[in-house]
Amino acid sequence: MAKTAVSQSASLNEAFYTSLFEVPDGEQVKKCLQCASCSGVCPFGYLMDFPPGRMIGALRADMFDNVMDTDTVWMCMSCHACAEVCPAQIPLTAGLMTRAKEELLLAGNIPTELQDALENSQRYGNPLGESPRKRAAWTKGLDGDVPILTKAKRPVDVLWFVGDYPSYHPRVQRVSQALAKVLNALGVDFGILGPEENSDGDSQRLAGERGLFEMMAEKNGRAFHKYEFNEIVTTDPHAYNALKNEYPALGISYPVRHYTQFLAERLDQLKPLLKQEVEARVTYHDPCYLGRTNDVYDEPRQLLKAIPGVELAEMSHQRENSLCCGGGGGGMWLDGFTWERAETRLSEWRVREAVAAGADILAVACPYEPPRFEDAAKMVQGAGRLVVKDIAELLADAMGD
Amino acid sequence: MNIVVPVKLVPDLVEELEIDESGAALDTTWMRLMVNEFDDHAVEQAILLKERGGGQVTILAPDAEDVDDVLFTAAAKGADRLIKITGPFEEQVNNHALARSLAAVVEELQPDLVLTGVQAHNDLDGPVGPLLAEYLGMPYVGYVSGVTASDGNVVAQKEYPGGLLAEMEVALPAVLGIQAAEEPPRYVAFSRVRQAMKSADISEQAVAELDLSGSPTVGRMFQPEAGERATMIEGDEDEVATRLVEIFKDAGVL
Amino acid sequence: MNQDIYVVVEHLRGQAADISYVMLAAARVLAQGTGGNVVAVLLGHDAQELADDLAADQVLYVDDPALAEFTSDAYEKALAGLVEENAPRAVLFGDTSIGADVAGGLSAQLELPLVSYCQSVRADDGALKFVSQICGGKIMTEGDLPDTTTLVTMIPGGFKPEEGQSAQRPEVTPVTAPALEDLRVTLKQYIEPEVGDVDISTEPILIAVGRGVQSEDDVEFAEELAEALGGAVCSSRPLVDQGWLPTARMVGKSGKRVKPKLYLAMGISGAPEHVEGIADSELIVAVNTDPDAPIFDLAQYGADIDLYDLIPALAEQIRQAKGS
Repeated sequence: MAKTAVSQSASLNEAFYTSLFEVPDGEQVKKCLQCASCSGVCPFGYLMDFPPGRMIGALRADMFDNVMDTDTVWMCMSCHACAEVCPAQIPLTAGLMTRAKEELLLAGNIPTELQDALENSQRYGNPLGESPRKRAAWTKGLDGDVPILTKAKRPVDVLWFVGDYPSYHPRVQRVSQALAKVLNALGVDFGILGPEENSDGDSQRLAGERGLFEMMAEKNGRAFHKYEFNEIVTTDPHAYNALKNEYPALGISYPVRHYTQFLAERLDQLKPLLKQEVEARVTYHDPCYLGRTNDVYDEPRQLLKAIPGVELAEMSHQRENSLCCGGGGGGMWLDGFTWERAETRLSEWRVREAVAAGADILAVACPYEPPRFEDAAKMVQGAGRLVVKDIAELLADAMGD
Repeated sequence: MNIVVPVKLVPDLVEELEIDESGAALDTTWMRLMVNEFDDHAVEQAILLKERGGGQVTILAPDAEDVDDVLFTAAAKGADRLIKITGPFEEQVNNHALARSLAAVVEELQPDLVLTGVQAHNDLDGPVGPLLAEYLGMPYVGYVSGVTASDGNVVAQKEYPGGLLAEMEVALPAVLGIQAAEEPPRYVAFSRVRQAMKSADISEQAVAELDLSGSPTVGRMFQPEAGERATMIEGDEDEVATRLVEIFKDAGVL
Repeated sequence: MNQDIYVVVEHLRGQAADISYVMLAAARVLAQGTGGNVVAVLLGHDAQELADDLAADQVLYVDDPALAEFTSDAYEKALAGLVEENAPRAVLFGDTSIGADVAGGLSAQLELPLVSYCQSVRADDGALKFVSQICGGKIMTEGDLPDTTTLVTMIPGGFKPEEGQSAQRPEVTPVTAPALEDLRVTLKQYIEPEVGDVDISTEPILIAVGRGVQSEDDVEFAEELAEALGGAVCSSRPLVDQGWLPTARMVGKSGKRVKPKLYLAMGISGAPEHVEGIADSELIVAVNTDPDAPIFDLAQYGADIDLYDLIPALAEQIRQAKGS
């Protein structure tokens, strides 16, 4: 039978239930109304054996063993939709679902695809299994300078935490290159960690690998400690979430902003540089870990509106009701697993909404999204001409050559 | 059953390999090591056997950077005992020397069964398994992808080309070279590895000298010639697809 | 030590393996350097006719019921005396499930040096040179065969099997086997591979998938392409180990050797164990996101593009091309 992390003297059910109280506001779970709003709003709730509400029901009935026997908990993309709507304000994503994944993982009930990503994270410090030495390879051949702190040997204003996909994924490297151009155009004094940067670990944590998350956070913490800088700016909402909400508890505390916040503050300086018109109807997808989880909704939109020619249109799901791209909480590494069960991708749903909004461009602000939405656009009828671009790319485009 | 699993670390091929100034060895400056993937399968097979029939699993590894992590990971998976063999392994070690060093330690452990990876990508002087078996005076069967234990012997499923399998009955004690465990190597949560780091002990056994005889001397190392490399097709997926369709037509397959 | 080059002939269930002929070709090159003979060592029972097409100057044939099927223990015992007494310049084995099982034991027992992963050999001004392929094909290692009887395990690629075949029947010398008693390894039975739906060794078009494929369902993705192109899907070892494809679809050292008109390698890095199964392909096209993958050294055409991007586009264009 499954081995668990919790004490063997208490029943697994009991021990699991009480462990939920350790999460901030965790005791709210006692107030669950069994209204099933969570299960309803969950994009894969209809496929889960135990969507959040039902799982709490099972816990109350001392039937957590049944939860451990299923694997549909891995359908949870940690998108925070459930926690957002919960009238009892139970931390369903941060607590219940993440803890359930932790238990499943400890019991060895883990899809192979996810296992590969976690092993890669452990071995190489990134889930893609790329060489840590090549983490800054995307900077090669760029016009502007992207200083690597270990070589720069000087304090900087901004430490740019680039992230895994922006460092390695060929599509998302273009986003990093665009952001480098924007930062240089603004004269920002910045540097990156390069090979010293590790995965922020947040998606691994939400996929049940808290231990791995802590290990990677500590490595990043040691790297931060070596350098002098005033704040961290990151390309990746998952890294933003980790640095802002999770690292401080591990004693790693630095001011951090997502790049959209950082740039929105410099709009006055940025606007005159945006000379090239981008004649397009643009819709913006709120990433789960920027919007719903961290309440950053306006800055990305301010940046888009600043681009001459852009007409901003909203999709039917927006802001706190935004739809998940399917990449969070380990979803990025579970595409085969989820496809097998759902035979649809959340990203396709989102692309259909973008098409319905009449958008020419689907603007994004999370590195998981360009490859996911571009892939989806190939499968969705009428999305053939939809362009997926990160806000950083649109800004760089608007700056011209 | 008392099972001993010798594992070794090999250069990780994710990193580009470079040849050092001597021209006859790999440059170790930036080299990253990882556990030989076949050894990882041997560990898994040992733990599967223990789970099925009880016993004890001992993991042995020559000292190398990060070898402790490899040992603790094995403990987290279910290995009972961890032994690190220390000695002048930083120098150019070869498998003959390694097998001799292992044999001295394995002999004292009096195992019923020794499982090790069937090969490693840097076995220039042959894989460890058959050498170790001979030094221990045990029989050896390699290319094994399944093991069933019975009284006094094991039946090893040995692989031949083309998917043919042979069931070999092997008298114990014996050494088996594992090609693949019956299940893919399991994942252990990092918290369990950390637990193992706190609770498991790595005992050390020192080897004073290495007997390197039995291996050839490398005159020079080089990277395979790049001259005959594939003609690379550039462009996005549609452009690549278009060019491929042309190529397929020219080759008469379309 | 004499100057002959010995080749331990590999055969399984009445058929000599290709590597046996590859080794004979290599042995010829060495023997020309030493001035010695190429001597094939054939172990078996009622297996003398296997000697007929061996390109050897002499065949030493050891017949014993205990050698009817390969077992490491019997082979090692039968070979030990022969090698020790005759002290040839080199003994070649296949770097295979047969040769690699015995060469190491003999090396340790007889205290003879062993060179493995050897792909080619040459005689160079009195010295005998080996070239071995290590580190998954990323590094070649060259050196002299040590100055004593040296055991060598060979991988394919350096010589063609045809070069080791001869129409002329070689001279066969029967050799008495030592007492093959107290054997600790015995063959219980063979287990036939599952009968595959397709025989990939005769398919003219193969779509091969490797580690670059992330999940079981993506194999279906490749199936779609295979269907469009009119071929079959095969794979490298890792996907078979995952249980995503049956063993019958495995190409390489432990799988099948294939000789298609087109071998389209998707997400295959090109590890030597895989590559040895595809050397006879007429056209190899490789798709891999790692531009340094060794498969590009073998392929005629390559693209370093994500196979998930390419497959739908390619399948579509193939359907269009076929439709027109």
